[in-house]
Amino acid sequence: MRAERRFNTAGVGLFAALLLLWEVYSRAAGIQDYLPPPSAALKALVQPDVARALSGHLAGTLGRFVGGYFLAAALAVAAGVVLGYSRFAYSVSEVITELLRPMPSVAIIPVAILCLGIGDAMMIAVTVYAAAWPILLNTIDGVRNLDRTLIDTGRTFGLGRLKILWQVALPAAAPYIATGLRVSLPIALILVTTSEMVAGSAGLGYFILDEERSLRPANMYAGIVVVALQGYALNRLFLLVEARALAWKRGMRTRGEA
Amino acid sequence: MPLLEVDALCKSYDGSAGAATLAIENISFAVESGEFVALVGPSGCGKTTLLMCIAGLAAPSGGRVAVKSKPVDRPPPDLVLVFQEYNRSLFAWRTVLGNVLFGLEAKGRSGTPAEERARRLIGLVGLEGFERHYPWQLSGGMQQRVAIARALAYEPEVLLMDEPFGSVDAMTRLELEDALLGIWKELGTTILLVTHDIEEAIYLSDRVHVLARRPSRVVETVAVPLPRPRNQVSTRAEPGFMELRNRIYRRIADAG
Repeated sequence: MRAERRFNTAGVGLFAALLLLWEVYSRAAGIQDYLPPPSAALKALVQPDVARALSGHLAGTLGRFVGGYFLAAALAVAAGVVLGYSRFAYSVSEVITELLRPMPSVAIIPVAILCLGIGDAMMIAVTVYAAAWPILLNTIDGVRNLDRTLIDTGRTFGLGRLKILWQVALPAAAPYIATGLRVSLPIALILVTTSEMVAGSAGLGYFILDEERSLRPANMYAGIVVVALQGYALNRLFLLVEARALAWKRGMRTRGEA
Repeated sequence: MPLLEVDALCKSYDGSAGAATLAIENISFAVESGEFVALVGPSGCGKTTLLMCIAGLAAPSGGRVAVKSKPVDRPPPDLVLVFQEYNRSLFAWRTVLGNVLFGLEAKGRSGTPAEERARRLIGLVGLEGFERHYPWQLSGGMQQRVAIARALAYEPEVLLMDEPFGSVDAMTRLELEDALLGIWKELGTTILLVTHDIEEAIYLSDRVHVLARRPSRVVETVAVPLPRPRNQVSTRAEPGFMELRNRIYRRIADAG
């Protein structure tokens, strides 16, 4: 735990060295039209009009991400608990699940465009679809792996099925659900960005593609930097929340290793 | 009228060859309000199955169980089972206080009075100061104390205990036995305890039902006239204690 928190000097050094190499190569080779040096991307990033445009697009992308991700979480956890709990529901849905799960989620974008047109509803629907899978499968796993004794404990205390689901099965499966949520987070970001590229009129994905088509590669890279930072920040935020919510679990693990 | 009645209880399982295996054959006994009754028998004699049937967690194949004259066809509201595997039965995501509060919440009680009651019970099982700890931070014996406090919080009229001290070390076991006797005296809860430890059964109870295995059946019922309060040293040294121990031991050995 402590080792992870230590500042990774070598790693940051390598990253800086690669950036420097890129900078030097880009300037020396005269290929700035399609591979501008990092300094140009940074310069673009702090230009007032670009920064203003980017923050607007960032807000839009974040909004769609939050909507899609949380909707996916709510739907997938609810469905996962039912499918994990009921053998019948699981076997009835198994064929559909097994067929759809391995399909690359972006293939659903054209379908969503046909059904929902181009706009937020389409992009959020696509995000929900893609992000729901890992959450669903992990929730099913978590509920299926529930210790029988825990369920019986709920029953001997007179709890009905619903209360057992809510008060026993759900918290017991929480570590599994968290794993699903962690895997889904970057997937939701990918789908939001991709759908913005394909059919958006705003958002970071739209911005990146639009700048590329407008032959402003430095702005395009500025957009990519923002997308990367957004992903990094959201992931850190997730780990922070997870560590707090599952503090009981982390302690158990640490003790198990000792 | 007995608080708990077990009448001609049978339980069979469908075997692999299609033949039903009889796990419990025709067990009958009754427990009066306020009594401490022990069921003792060798491992694998179907004691857990019997308790699961009494707790309404498993359906018997024949006979009936009644609590306060009401037939048990689901977990009855006046009865709680304390599982042998406390580490699998406790809620890992709840603190000690949270686990005990669960017993009160299950009874529909919440708020400050519930929390005060939970804290009193935590004190009663000797865990003051550990309210904010999680189960994994406690030793096995302490975890079983939490499970007992949680069960008591539900204020059951009958407490069923399945080998509650089966997986703690010998010293802790003696401590927990005395803690349980103290609680029983203070709260007056009726207790039905299952154990494979003959001396534990005698030390704790008013009456011991001796079970034989395959199929499980009551081969003898032994009253324990030893005076209370009992003491780990003097009670176990009494001639009457040894007599009972030997009698039950022989009965189990004979029954094979």
